[in-house]
Amino acid sequence: MYGYSGKILHVDLTNRKSWSESKPEEWYKIYIGGVSMAARLCWENIEVGCDPLSPGNPICIAGGIFVGTPVPVGGKWGLASKSPLTGFLGDSLSGSWFAVALKRSGWDGIVIHGASPEWVYVLVDDDKVTFRPASHLLGKGTFETEEAIREELGDDQVRSATIGPAGEKLVLYANVTNDGRQAGRTGHGAVWGSKKLKAFSVRGTHDVKVADPETLLKFCFDISKTAQGKYTEKYRVLGTSSNVLSMNRLGLLPTRNYQEGEFEDAERVSGEYLYENFRVKTIACAQCPIACEQMRRVKDGPYAGAMSGIEYESLYALSSNLGIGDVRVSIKLIDLCDQGGIDTMSTGVTIGWAMESFERGVLKKEDFKCAKYPEGFEPNFGNGDAAVTLAEMIRDREGIGDLLALGTRKASAKLDAERGSESFKWAMHIKGLELPGYDLRALKTFALGISVVTRGACHNRSATYDPDIQGEVNRFTVDETRGKVARETEEYAAVYDTLPMCKFIRRCFTGKADRSGAWPVIAQLINATTGWNFQYEDVDLIGERAIAIKKAFNIREGWTRKDDHLPWRVQHEAMTKGASAGYLVTEEEHEYMKDLYYEVKGWTKDGLIPKQKLIDLGMQDVAKEIGV
Amino acid sequence: MPTSTSKYQYITCDPQKCVGCQLCEYVCSFTKTGAFNTYRSRIRTVRVQEILITAVACRTCENAPCVIACPREALSQDRETGVIRVDEARCDGCAWCVEACDFGAISINPATKRAEMCDLCGTLEDGPQCVKWCPKEALELTTPDQQAQKARHDLVKEEVIGSGS
Repeated sequence: MYGYSGKILHVDLTNRKSWSESKPEEWYKIYIGGVSMAARLCWENIEVGCDPLSPGNPICIAGGIFVGTPVPVGGKWGLASKSPLTGFLGDSLSGSWFAVALKRSGWDGIVIHGASPEWVYVLVDDDKVTFRPASHLLGKGTFETEEAIREELGDDQVRSATIGPAGEKLVLYANVTNDGRQAGRTGHGAVWGSKKLKAFSVRGTHDVKVADPETLLKFCFDISKTAQGKYTEKYRVLGTSSNVLSMNRLGLLPTRNYQEGEFEDAERVSGEYLYENFRVKTIACAQCPIACEQMRRVKDGPYAGAMSGIEYESLYALSSNLGIGDVRVSIKLIDLCDQGGIDTMSTGVTIGWAMESFERGVLKKEDFKCAKYPEGFEPNFGNGDAAVTLAEMIRDREGIGDLLALGTRKASAKLDAERGSESFKWAMHIKGLELPGYDLRALKTFALGISVVTRGACHNRSATYDPDIQGEVNRFTVDETRGKVARETEEYAAVYDTLPMCKFIRRCFTGKADRSGAWPVIAQLINATTGWNFQYEDVDLIGERAIAIKKAFNIREGWTRKDDHLPWRVQHEAMTKGASAGYLVTEEEHEYMKDLYYEVKGWTKDGLIPKQKLIDLGMQDVAKEIGV
Repeated sequence: MPTSTSKYQYITCDPQKCVGCQLCEYVCSFTKTGAFNTYRSRIRTVRVQEILITAVACRTCENAPCVIACPREALSQDRETGVIRVDEARCDGCAWCVEACDFGAISINPATKRAEMCDLCGTLEDGPQCVKWCPKEALELTTPDQQAQKARHDLVKEEVIGSGS
């Protein structure tokens, strides 16, 4: 087999054992890698119905076909566990060297079982697995932990995925970091923390061999050169933070916890402003010829020295969404989240919820007591110091940080139960995962697409804002096409997330990003790597299968149709300013669109998957368990 | 007038342009071994902290310290090109050359236990493959004198126009 070793490594933290499992080639043809393979490993290895923070919840890591080859943007890895934030499947992707080290260590995937009695980190040194003490690493930030492990082992080629202090303290949206990139969402850091796993380190020295290197190299060369042109300019120069001004113009830039979609200080937190005033360097993930990570550093003021790669999603969450117009504060917050090991998006949206709760009088000054402010403080929107203090309190679970560490769904439920308040009305999440940076009220297709995503509110799994914003459909209204649009957009993304490959390359294959432009080239890349004979249809099926296994996991964990919901505010409170003012997604519209989506997926009206559908996808064993 | 007596070419990397993608390592290891393995690349990317990134290959030093250090006279320097040649029959992988190299540009092949370094892809018509592949044009085939000229030009630009321009 080319492109794969055919082996999955199992690591048992409870009993300090490890073993190898062989998988047949057919299994790889169905689950491929990335989120789909990680989800499948989770399906096979979880104790159904378990508490996400219990030993029965496995950590499942998957590489992919193109990792360790020169295929542009193919150096990514997938991570899946049951999410402590959503209670459903949490699947994340990250990029860079950790993925490559994993591939060269000779393992296609890793399943980590059980829980360790003491803090450990695991070292996979090609075939050898060792459990190493980690108590000396506790409290260290993510980057610092990686560096400390490299120093300890005396090898700068060792790559580690780590958790920060937030993961150790089980912040429910703590993340996992490697090489400056994050498997950011759904709380993997808390799952690792619950197992007392501080880091997972890999040294991989084996060769990566592909079936037809000459053909592969020819494609790679052309794609790499094309990737220096106009199709990626947005990413290479301003990075994704160029979205700030575009979203603001459309009235979709979440402002003050999604109360409005237009921010008066948008210019001063824009990608353009960051480029002019804060740029230091552009960096890339391993294997990436685009290089989109725009490093920005604060030069003056109380946060001088703070530095991070600034992505749009982190930026909106920690600037406009908090009413903060001083972008130096946002850079500080992003840096703080990255080093502390917490998801920037959930952190920003949860702080936004706290600020609104304060402004509405549900939370009081004395609720915000902490070591720094023994009398408490007043976290109004726009108060940068309060935002930084709250992020630190979340990371350390200090004071009210302990409540905020639960995320908006659980925090609002707890607060409302204690105080009789209705803070759930401004808890901006779907399935417990906080929203991304696009207001849903005037993006009707996106409102459907994001509500059916298996991991909760995620713009990566369903980029249905794109057809809305590009004008392929009318974003202000609902019609019978939306189910189909949502299905196609979601499955398109799932192909990339499964290979896995970064979507920023999508226009560089042929100039056309759609299926007809991308799939034929991707099929040839797959064939040159693996020696398989994939055609257009086979590539297309990768996406449908990925959604099916993830959905199947959720169904087995108790998913029902009502879990595909929208935040209360999106259905009941219109914005008053900007180009998207006055719109809502009514319950009737939403339920109608869900009907369309389930139907076009070939699922039942209740959103369940028929047995035959799963059998047709090659998932007989899944059909037996959850097919209807 | 040349500022260095060395006319030997070597591969240089502009750390401002290098993004750390490692494509040079993939293509080098493939060119030399037929497989992808950045451990086996003769050009190595280095990242110290997030934003300090570059790539390093043999600098074809004059009076190369590696040649002098070799206790078995296994290393020699091509007079025309400055490329270091390894006599595989003599080399026993003792790694004195590895230690002698100020640039960390030599490694010992774990399989053959022989020293390896960049040879500027001397046998290939289209020259060093890493230079050809580098997506950011950070890698260049250069000489010490060309580098010195470039440094002077950069200095003027920086002093007159200011950094970042």
